[in-house]
Order: sequence, then C-alpha cells, then structure tokens
Amino acid sequence: MTSTATTSPAAGSSAAGSSRVEVLGIRHHGPGSARSVVRALEALRPDVVLIEGPPEADDVAGLAGDPGLVPPVALLAHAPTPKRGRAASGDAADGSGATPEPQRPRAAFWPFAVFSPEWQALRWAAGNDVPVRFIDLPAAAHLTLDITDDTSSDDHPVPLHEDPLARLAAAAGYGDAERWWEDLVEHRTGDLAVFEAVAEAMAALREDETIRHRDALREAHMRLRLRAAIKDGAERIVVVCGAWHVPALTGKLPPAAKDTALLRPFLKELKDTGHAKATVTWVPWSHGRLATRTGYGAGVTSPGWYHHMFTAADRPVERWLAHAGELLRGEGLPVSSAHLIEGVRLADTLAALRGRPATGLDEATDAIRSVLVDGDDVRLALVRDQLEVGERLGEVPPEAPAGPLERDLAARTKTLRLPRQALAKQVDLDLRKPTDLERSRLLHQLTLLGVAWGRQVGTSGKGTFKEGWEVEWDPGLAVDLVAAGVHGTTVADAASGKVLHDAARTGLAGIARLVEGALLADLSAALPPLLDTLRDQAALGHDSDALLDAIPALARTLRYGDVRGTSPGSLRIVLTSLFTRARTALPAAVVALDDDAAAALVPRLREVSAAVSLLGRNERAHSEPDGSASPGDDTAGGLRGEWLDGLARIADRDDLHGLVAGWIARTLRDEQAATSEQTQARLSRFLSPGTPARTAAAFIEGFVGSSGLILVHDAALLALVDRWLSSLSDDAFVQVLPLLRRSFARFDAPERRAVGERVAGRGGSGERSAVPLHPERVARVLPVLATILEKK
Amino acid sequence: MTLTDTAPAVMRPHAEDVYAEELALLAEQDDRQRPPGWRLSPQAVVTYLLGDGDRITPKYIGDRRLMEVAVATLATDRSLLLIGVPGTAKTWVSEHLSAAVSGDSTLLVQGTAGTPEEAIRYGWNYAKLLAEGPSPAAVVPSPMMRAMETGAVARVEELTRIPSDVQDTLITILSEKSLPIPELGTEVQAAKGFTVIATANDRDRGVNELSSALRRRFNTVVLPVPGSVDEEVEIVSRRVASLGRALEIPAVEDTATEIRRVVTVFRELRDGVTSDGRTKVKSPSGTMSVAEAISVVTAGMTLAAHFGDGVLRPADVASGIRGAVVRDPAADGPVWREYLETVARERDGWHSFYTAAREQG
Repeated sequence: MTSTATTSPAAGSSAAGSSRVEVLGIRHHGPGSARSVVRALEALRPDVVLIEGPPEADDVAGLAGDPGLVPPVALLAHAPTPKRGRAASGDAADGSGATPEPQRPRAAFWPFAVFSPEWQALRWAAGNDVPVRFIDLPAAAHLTLDITDDTSSDDHPVPLHEDPLARLAAAAGYGDAERWWEDLVEHRTGDLAVFEAVAEAMAALREDETIRHRDALREAHMRLRLRAAIKDGAERIVVVCGAWHVPALTGKLPPAAKDTALLRPFLKELKDTGHAKATVTWVPWSHGRLATRTGYGAGVTSPGWYHHMFTAADRPVERWLAHAGELLRGEGLPVSSAHLIEGVRLADTLAALRGRPATGLDEATDAIRSVLVDGDDVRLALVRDQLEVGERLGEVPPEAPAGPLERDLAARTKTLRLPRQALAKQVDLDLRKPTDLERSRLLHQLTLLGVAWGRQVGTSGKGTFKEGWEVEWDPGLAVDLVAAGVHGTTVADAASGKVLHDAARTGLAGIARLVEGALLADLSAALPPLLDTLRDQAALGHDSDALLDAIPALARTLRYGDVRGTSPGSLRIVLTSLFTRARTALPAAVVALDDDAAAALVPRLREVSAAVSLLGRNERAHSEPDGSASPGDDTAGGLRGEWLDGLARIADRDDLHGLVAGWIARTLRDEQAATSEQTQARLSRFLSPGTPARTAAAFIEGFVGSSGLILVHDAALLALVDRWLSSLSDDAFVQVLPLLRRSFARFDAPERRAVGERVAGRGGSGERSAVPLHPERVARVLPVLATILEKK
Repeated sequence: MTLTDTAPAVMRPHAEDVYAEELALLAEQDDRQRPPGWRLSPQAVVTYLLGDGDRITPKYIGDRRLMEVAVATLATDRSLLLIGVPGTAKTWVSEHLSAAVSGDSTLLVQGTAGTPEEAIRYGWNYAKLLAEGPSPAAVVPSPMMRAMETGAVARVEELTRIPSDVQDTLITILSEKSLPIPELGTEVQAAKGFTVIATANDRDRGVNELSSALRRRFNTVVLPVPGSVDEEVEIVSRRVASLGRALEIPAVEDTATEIRRVVTVFRELRDGVTSDGRTKVKSPSGTMSVAEAISVVTAGMTLAAHFGDGVLRPADVASGIRGAVVRDPAADGPVWREYLETVARERDGWHSFYTAAREQG
C-alpha cells in the first residue's frame, strides 16, 4: 500500500491509498504554531497523530491528559541503569566497572511548555482519545551513538536546520522569528493554508542545502513510522514535526526499501551497543531551563512572553504592562495607572509606526523602558528576567515513572532517613557513624551536581568528625536534579561525570577544589582521571599563584581523608609534586611586588603555610584506633620542613616587599624554624635606618599581622620595635605613622591597651616582672582551678 | 534650494532650512496618514532622521529603535525627554525632530539657572500694560505659548538646569494642554500637534532633578554614546563635512585617517581601555564626547586648510586633542602623557602623531 502513494495537490498533504496524511510544519516552542496546530487538528479530526519525538515515549504520551502533568515538562530519555542497580549506588562509584564515560550524555530531554505545538497536539490527542506515535529516531540513538555531524554548530548561533523559520524571518528583516511568524502567518488565519505556505517555503529553502546525515537518518525513520501508521489502517493522519522536515514527509514517499537500507547499519550498530532501549518518562521542567538551549533546537529567549501570549485571555499588551507595573512596584518603584495607560499608548503607536499588525515584545519592552522606568536600563533589568523568562515550574503526576536520578535519590534518602522537606533544617552529622557518613557523601555529591539541597554550615562542636548542614528542599531542585541526569543515572555516577566535565573547563585551583569535593563525596572512580588532569595542569601552568591556590584544598583533603575512610593514595604524590613546583616558583613569586600584589600574596602564603603545618600535625591531632592511619606521615612532616626551609631561604633577600618579609619572619618564628636571635636580627635589619620607612612599616604590618598578642607577650620583640620607633627622625615618623596606625588599628582594643601599658611600664630599663602574686589569694583560687581541670 | 540661496549671511541656519529640500521630497512622497498638525507621517519622520540610503541623508546614526520610540512618543501627543551625557546629539535630535514634525525648530526655551517663569508662560509689554491695562495685546508670548497656539513642537534645552519651581509650570501645560492667563480671565489652549521635546544631561552636577509629577509627563529616551568605532567615525565624518561646508573651509584631503585616530583616542580615553581590550588607560575629567571630537577635527581641518598643505596631518589634530583631554592641567596632564607613552607610542602608523603630540607637551 505504501508504494502506491500519490501526490496530492496540497503541498502539506498527501493521500496514500485510502489514508489522508497532513503534515503540519511547526516552529518548536512557537505559540503561533501551537494555536495553528490546535485549529488544524480540530478541523481535520485525525485518527492518529504522529509527533516528532522519541518513539520510546509512546507509552507515556497518554499522561498528557492527566491534569497532574502541568507544563513546562520534559520527556526524559535515559540509558538503562547499569546492572548493579540502585541498591548498590552508594558505593557504586567504588567499583571500577561503574566509571562513566565522560563525554557521552546519559540522558536526553525534549522539553515542552504550554505554548509548544507538540504539547498542544499531545493534549488534543489525549482529550480526544486519539493515539499518539512519536516518529523520530529512538532516544537511545542520542545516548549511545555518535551521529553528530561534521558541521560544528558553533559558527552560527542557530544553524539553519534547527530553526529554518528564523532564517526566513531574518531574510525578511525580523529579529524575532516568532514575531515574523505572528505577523506573516498568524494574522492571515486560513488554518491549513498556513501549513501549505510553510511547506512551500521549506521546500524552497532545502533546495540549496545539503541534508545532513543525521537529518537524513531521522527523516528516513519518520517515513518508516509514517508508513507503519498508514499500514495500520489509519484513515486520517496528522504529522506534527519541525517545519524543516515537512518536504521529506509530503508528496510521494520514496520507496521504503531505500529508507530501510539507509537505516539498517545504524539500527544494527545501536543494537550492538546493547543499549537499544532507552527508558522515557515525564519530568518537571522550568522556564529558566527552557530559555537555554536543550533538546529541540534553539532555546526560547523569552518563554515568559510566549506563555503570556498563549494564555492571556484578551488585551495581552495591557495585561503585560500591568504585570510589569506590579513587578516594578514590588521592587519599590512607583508605577501608577497613568504610567500604564501611557505605556500601552506608546507600545501601540510604536507597533503602528513599525508597520506591525500587532504589538509585540519589542514594543512592550520599549514602552516599559521609556515610560515606566524613565529610560533607566538598570531599573528595567530588575524586572526584565522575571517578565521575559517568567519562571514557572512544571509538575508531574506521581503515576509518571520517575527518572533514574530521582529514583536513586529517593532510594538513598529513604535508606538514610533524610527526608526532602521544604522547611530549612539544620543537620549535624557525626562522620564516625556510617549512616551520617553516607548522608554527608550524598549531600556532597548533590552539591557537586549543582543541586543545592544542603548548604554546609558551622557546627557547634569542635572536631573534624563533625559536619553541619542546612537542608532545604526547593521544588526547583527537582528540575536541577533532572538536568543533572545528562551526567549519569545514579547520583554518584552523575556527580563523577559532572566533576570530570567541570575539571576540563577550570583552572588549577578549581580542579583542586573538585578533588576535595570528589573525596568528600566519595567519588573514588572520578579521582584518578581528576588527579591526572591536575598533574597535567600543574606541569603546564606557569602561574605560581594558581599553584599556591591549589595546595590548601589538596592538603585539607589529605588531612581529613582518614576520618572519611577514604584512602587518597595517589593524592599525596600529586600534592608533593605540586608542592615542589610551588616551592621552586616561590623565589620568583615573592620579588618585585607592588603593594597590591604583596597584599594578595600574603594570604595565599598563609593558607599554604597553614595547610602544610596541618599536615605536619596530622598524627598528633587525630589518631585512628586501627593504627593504619596516615601512612607516609614522614611525607607530610617532610613537606612542612621543606616549606619552612624554602621560606628561610628567601627570608633575608633584600628585594622582598616589606609585607612579605615581615610575614615570613613571623611565620618562621611561630613555626620555630628560626631562633629568637635570628628573628631579632631580621627585625632590626628591616627596621634599621637604612631601610626606607615605608618598607619598614610594611614589614611591621606583615610581622604583627592581625594580633598584637605577640607584642604583649614577647618583651624582647616589643623592645626591638620600640627602639626602632624611638629612633625614627620626625620626618620618617610622620611618613610611617599611617602605615603603623593601619597595622595597630587591627588589634583589639584590649590588646592595644596592653601593648601601650607594656611600653609605658617598661621605661628605659628593660623588662619588668609581672604583677606580684599574693600567696594567700592564690591559694584560694587553686581548688577551683583544680576542679575545672579535673573535670576536663 | 541650497544653503547659500536662502541664508547667505547666517552662520548656522536652522535644520528646516538646511534640509528643506529633503523635507519637501519626503512630504511629496509621503502617502501615509499624518497625525493632526504634523507636516510628515511618523514613518517619514523616522526616515528623515535615519536616512534612506539615497536622497535623504542620515541625521542620527545609531539605534533605529530609539528614534522610533521618540517619534512614537510625539505621535501619542506625549512629551519627549532626551537624556544623555554631553555630546550625544540630544539637541541635534531635538532640533531635527521639531523641524520634521512641525517644520519649525525655533520655538526654543534655553534652560539656565536663571530661566524665569515668563520664558515658559508669558510676559507683559509693560508700556502697553501701563497705558491700556491688561489686554491680549499687552501679552508677550513665550515660545511655549506660541507653539501651543500654532500646534507646533516647543523645545526646552537643558531642562534640569531650570529651577524646580519654574520647571513645574510645565506640568499644567503638559497635562491640561492649556495655559491659563488669570489676568485676562482667559487661557490659551494648545492646538493639535503641540508637544514638547526637552533635553537634559545626566552627567553634570548641581542640576535640579525633575519632580516625579513632571517626570511622569515625559516619555524618556536615553541617547547612548556611539556603540562602535565605525559608527562614531561615521558620525564625526558627516558632521565635519557639513560643518566644513557651512564654515566655508577650503577643501581638505585625506581626512579619514585622522578622523579615525581622533575617534579612537576619544573612545579609548572615555572607556578607560584600549580598543583591543588589552591595556587599561586612565580616563580624564572631561567627557570626551562626540561633539568635542567633531570640533577637534573641524579645528584641525581649518589648520590644515589655512596654514598647512591642504592635507589633514597628525599635527593638525594633536593640539586639539590635547585641549580636549587636558581640562585640568594638574590631573589630566599626566593622564594624557601616560596615554601617549603607553598606547600611542607603540602603535603602528601612530609615530608622527606621537611625535607631534609630544612636541606640544
């Protein structure tokens, strides 16, 4: 029967035997198309509707009639979950087999808004008990095969095949394709005539274009499904597909054998991968995500406006401006009804001036800018996103099969007794308990995925085994979770995929933070490739700042690895090599700095210093009962030694910035890497009259830092500083005074007073002993102290 | 009809005189509906402002959208407020708009700190007032009043410089479209076509902010500084060419290079970064507006024509640029020298400019 199809006079339709086929070429997410499609369906009353989309979705198409399914929603297709299943997902990442292939998406989406023609076709079919078939290539093809084409889509923002109407609109001088469609097509209501015109235009466009291999495959598949529908005996068939594909489906269909031949190798390859079947379900979507490019071709730039145009009962411009006024008032800007009246008048006049049949978003925005916000783009920006994106969340009925990530998360939250509640709540986790540790891992994995359910907060207790989280489940997170599905099918898998995805796009410090995150989230599968990336970046990078930035995160990771029961074996090696590079780069990094650069460097050095001394104290601060902890503590201790040694080497260079020199002198002293004599020698050298006063003052600032206690308690140092200050000439004193004041202003008032008292009490004769103790009074305090100490 | 036929002795003829030919051409071809009191249809006004690439020259080079909003505002009998930093063609646009809409750009109130209420409402011929008592003949109408009577566009320049209490006399005129004369017990009611175009700049300090009651009666269009070098070069070239004709400066050759250079210097100093985005430069205290760039080039052309060899050389514009940059010798002098040393010195083809500028300090 298929081969007997004859060409019908109408370009958009064909008659195949007793079947009448109408192909409705639409613009994805075009409200104009959506209205036309509904009208056409009402007129044609088909007995089967074919829609461009993955055939796996046939089973869930019926849910479109469910009132619980509220757009924006998306069809989510995901590759089958790995065999180990969700029960093992908690430690799935431990296994070597579950390593995700980093480059291939694990899920694909077909989003629909209420104004999407496909959605309207689905709704109509569900409401009229008409079966729906999706006719595009199987979703599995997106997930398992590389059928992307030679032509990269980066050079043109919207490739022709994705939004051919945009190209036509641009040719007609329109910036917004929807606008062009509205102006040209919508306002000449002639139901089917519209689609005939579109079909003709597309046929003309396609004459000069080579059809990409991917499109050829898709269209062959569409014809395959169309022929099947004809064969099933449907009498009136309506096909809803992107305008671009219309010419391929109309007129006399080519022989089926040709399509089959084209598809055979492809379908075979698909079968060979073992993932021939993808699972499809409905998931909630959002306008914000609709506005970015996913699924069907180009993203929608202003879903809020489209939604408004599609849903507003009447007077869309008036309602739009009223809505804008409401939002502006919400921001505390006065907008009166008079503003709105004038705004509508301006918008309408502008539309007339521009020769548009109806007022559009451009005119409305110009009117808002010019009348409502006095031409102030800043104020316009306050509400523009709320207006044009018009954030809206979709809902999915409970009957819809959940997506794999959602299922995984639901299972894990259930096991871990960590319910998802909208109420913000603080959770304190004791990482020594297995359940709490798993909870922490889950929260860390979600954080890496960009699903911000938990936010880490400080805990009341001290200690490294405690972790505080504030958890608050926001419905929007469901969409984030769904979107994260491209990286994997379980939370752990997806987090690994995401981490590797991100690592390829960030710098050294970013990767170091990802390593830290990956360890906290227990993504050991992602760790080796991550560390490789880190090593490569470190080897290629010349930026000593980036090296210094990367070290603290890695050191923290290494330090707390034991608590979390992870064994970051190779991490230590990477850290060591990174550290060695940083230490080698140090002498070059600390010279020839101006004030700003020095001020930026000191915190970096301080972080690194804290990190290495943390490692050095690892054993003392925390001991594991099983005794297996901290292998290679020598390395850690060694790092600390090397670091201090490196600092000592540069400490006495003359070309150091005062701030850096002061900080180094102080650090060496605090870490007991310099004797008191050495420190005093450094101080007096930097504070001697030969040093420019500014350098000396900067040295003081770097040396005393944010706490004056060292001056209170180290009388010898105080004497040194005091002597230097007293020896300054009047001019030099005036010059350093602001800098000195700046350093001293950072001390707490009691500290300043204590320093002052010390200096005042000291006189010229050196140290004075502390306040004499009264034996009787001391004796009365002692029992209390003893009680306190025993209790502790 | 050319410039010299109509106003041989006038230094700067009005827009409606200079472009009378274009306006006549547009009026002849214009078959669209004209709002009451308008000489042209709104579409034709937009064409007049932006040019048609053929016989109508562009007056405003920039975003079409802005001009459409401006014209549509006037067509809704609302008043138009043009805002922008100095030298963004506010006055220029306002003059051409009124020339195109009502064929008369002379009904102008210049806003200053001393603008009295009489400049906006009406004054009295005191001799007549004393001799005959209050009578319509003794009233001296303001440009605003005349615009109302004839249904034309009235222009207010530098609206924010006018003291607030005087500004507010505009409120009744703008909302009621009438101007009461209590002394005579009458009022002047605006004829159809009357509207107001005001300009204000948002850079100067010490201006009188508009009351929100007055502000509400204006639609606001913010005129930006030109978006790209090419756009700015185009603006400067066109204005310089027409000014050169008007001032009868002998023809000067090869102006394109120097105009581009002047525009580049101005833009870089204004934006605080070089055009390739690589080097930061300090911005001087002046506004470095397009208008100043135009006068620098015009001055350079005069130099080249009268004292040079008829070719615009780097040295001809160098002193002008320095004058525009260095407003405050203490603060801007180093800025200019730094720019010369760090940016101009290394740039290909800028050597003679650098040398000339350095010689002048």
